[in-house]
Amino acid sequence: MTDAGPALLEVNNLTTHFHTPRGPLRAVDGVSFSLRRGQTLGIVGESGSGKSALARTIIGILSKRRTTTTGRIAFEGRDLLTLSEPDMRDIRGRDIAMVFQDPTSSLNPVKRIGVQITEVLARHLGLRGCAARSRATELLTSVGLSLPEERLHQYPHQLSGGMRQRVAIAIALACDPKLLIADEPTTSLDVTIQAQILDLLHRRQKAHDMAMILISHDLGVVAGYTDAVAVMYAGQVVEQASTRSLFRNCRMPYTAALMRSAPNLSDPPHTRLRAIAGRPPDMVLPPPGCRFGPRCDHATDICRNERPTLSASDAVGAHLYACWHPVASPGASA
Amino acid sequence: MSAFADDPGHETASAMAAPSPMQVRDRLGFRFWLPAVWIAIVVALATTANLLPLPSPIETDFAALSNWPDRTHWFGTDQLGRDILSRAIFGARISLTVGLLAPALGLGIGMLLGMAAGYFRGRVEAVIAAAMDAVMAFPGILVVLAVTAYVGASVPLLVIVLGVLTVPTFMRVARANTLVFAQHDFVLAARAMGATHWRVLSLEILPNVVIPMLIYALLVISRIIVVEGVLSFLGLSLPAPWPTWGNMIADGQVDLATLPYIPFIPAALMFLTVLSINLIGERLRARTDLRGSAL
Repeated sequence: MTDAGPALLEVNNLTTHFHTPRGPLRAVDGVSFSLRRGQTLGIVGESGSGKSALARTIIGILSKRRTTTTGRIAFEGRDLLTLSEPDMRDIRGRDIAMVFQDPTSSLNPVKRIGVQITEVLARHLGLRGCAARSRATELLTSVGLSLPEERLHQYPHQLSGGMRQRVAIAIALACDPKLLIADEPTTSLDVTIQAQILDLLHRRQKAHDMAMILISHDLGVVAGYTDAVAVMYAGQVVEQASTRSLFRNCRMPYTAALMRSAPNLSDPPHTRLRAIAGRPPDMVLPPPGCRFGPRCDHATDICRNERPTLSASDAVGAHLYACWHPVASPGASA
Repeated sequence: MSAFADDPGHETASAMAAPSPMQVRDRLGFRFWLPAVWIAIVVALATTANLLPLPSPIETDFAALSNWPDRTHWFGTDQLGRDILSRAIFGARISLTVGLLAPALGLGIGMLLGMAAGYFRGRVEAVIAAAMDAVMAFPGILVVLAVTAYVGASVPLLVIVLGVLTVPTFMRVARANTLVFAQHDFVLAARAMGATHWRVLSLEILPNVVIPMLIYALLVISRIIVVEGVLSFLGLSLPAPWPTWGNMIADGQVDLATLPYIPFIPAALMFLTVLSINLIGERLRARTDLRGSAL
């Protein structure tokens, strides 16, 4: 993340609060990262850690009435949070696009595939009629769908889950976005299709020098397809490093616990899953100290009273973590 | 690409399997087509009534008062010597005009309000819901009575009054469906592709909501035809001598014991028409439900 080249996306101290009857819920709480063209940032964390809220804040589709966002999201030097809604709408879909978790839900069931693709082409590129149709066919071919001409006339229910996700990706890539946010793009697909979809995303990314934010709760997915990883817990980034450094040498006990909790093929049958005990904290009234403190084996008084800041561990300054008692450097990820 | 070589073939196979169950489902059956043909006949007769070689529906044939059906008057004549077939066909015009236009008006306004309420929620929904509750609190028949007494009955007036009275239920159906579809990710996906709220409502949610709305509208149409009949029966619809199915039944009930065919003809027409519309609606509902579960 320290390599040369200007950042495409620079998120600085971003917070998103959801308005709830009990008070503001800190869904995203002081997140910062930057991303260059062609780079992939993985965001991992358990359900409710704020991954999706972060993604939706960046692309700006959260209800302004029900949420408050502060901080800075610089995309090509422009702060997305200060842009007017019409300007933002022009960026969405054209410069920043998003792929959702469940293609059954993210495609409109009563509209033909062709219509769903060409609407986007008309909206952002002004393509209509034959030009739009041929571009749509091209897009479907590029995501590996057979018989693209016929697919244009089909409805989503005539396609399998994997094919639907390919269509959703084709729609997201329709305008060659500079940044693609993939929010758990493979979670609703079976394992054999998962790899195909991730390979597809990876190839399209390389072909267009596109930046990607890959959100997942699957460490395996993140390990294989990202350049850098941010681990989120309770709305905050608790560890952030290059993928290599994180998996070799994780420092934050939460990351270590996440890695331990993944089932291992070499385990004997019926081994108990090493789940992380306890539950994530209440995000309306988070604990004063380290948010992972109540569930952490290493927690001491300082963890309970003072919040650790995200800071560099080593001389290189690339591996950031927020912890008072980081786990030992080597072999932690075993 | 080569890593993918076997993939398209695999996915083609699953798509090829789809057509066979689809073809089975596409058959609507005689329970759809029989009523549909009946409705088509009634609509065709009503729209071409002026061109058909029918006796006048309002002129008296003094040679034939209260005649049973014969060769000149296929369905007989009423107490004033008017041809019942002709009156029934011209009466269908009123029933169908009011029966189609009033729900169309209610559907239009109700869908707009319901979608706005279901999509925007909050204050918009509260205001719309309160307005609808107020409309529903009016006793419908009294409203019609008051308005016709004040302005006099006419087809546009009936359409507007009955139409407005159907708005609240249409609004509720539209809101309920909008609430469901607004939860789907395709709404978020459309927003993430740069769509405005207006675009999301008109291009993403409307095509989903319109299907259950139209099917519900069929139910309302049959209900409005009956309501129009009731109003005519009570003398609140179009004034004599213009025939409507309702006032034909009302005129006929006087001599029900001796001349049962006079009210029977319009009553049977109304019965068959309403039954047909309900059967069509039921069949279409079952079919779209099937498609819903196949998703």
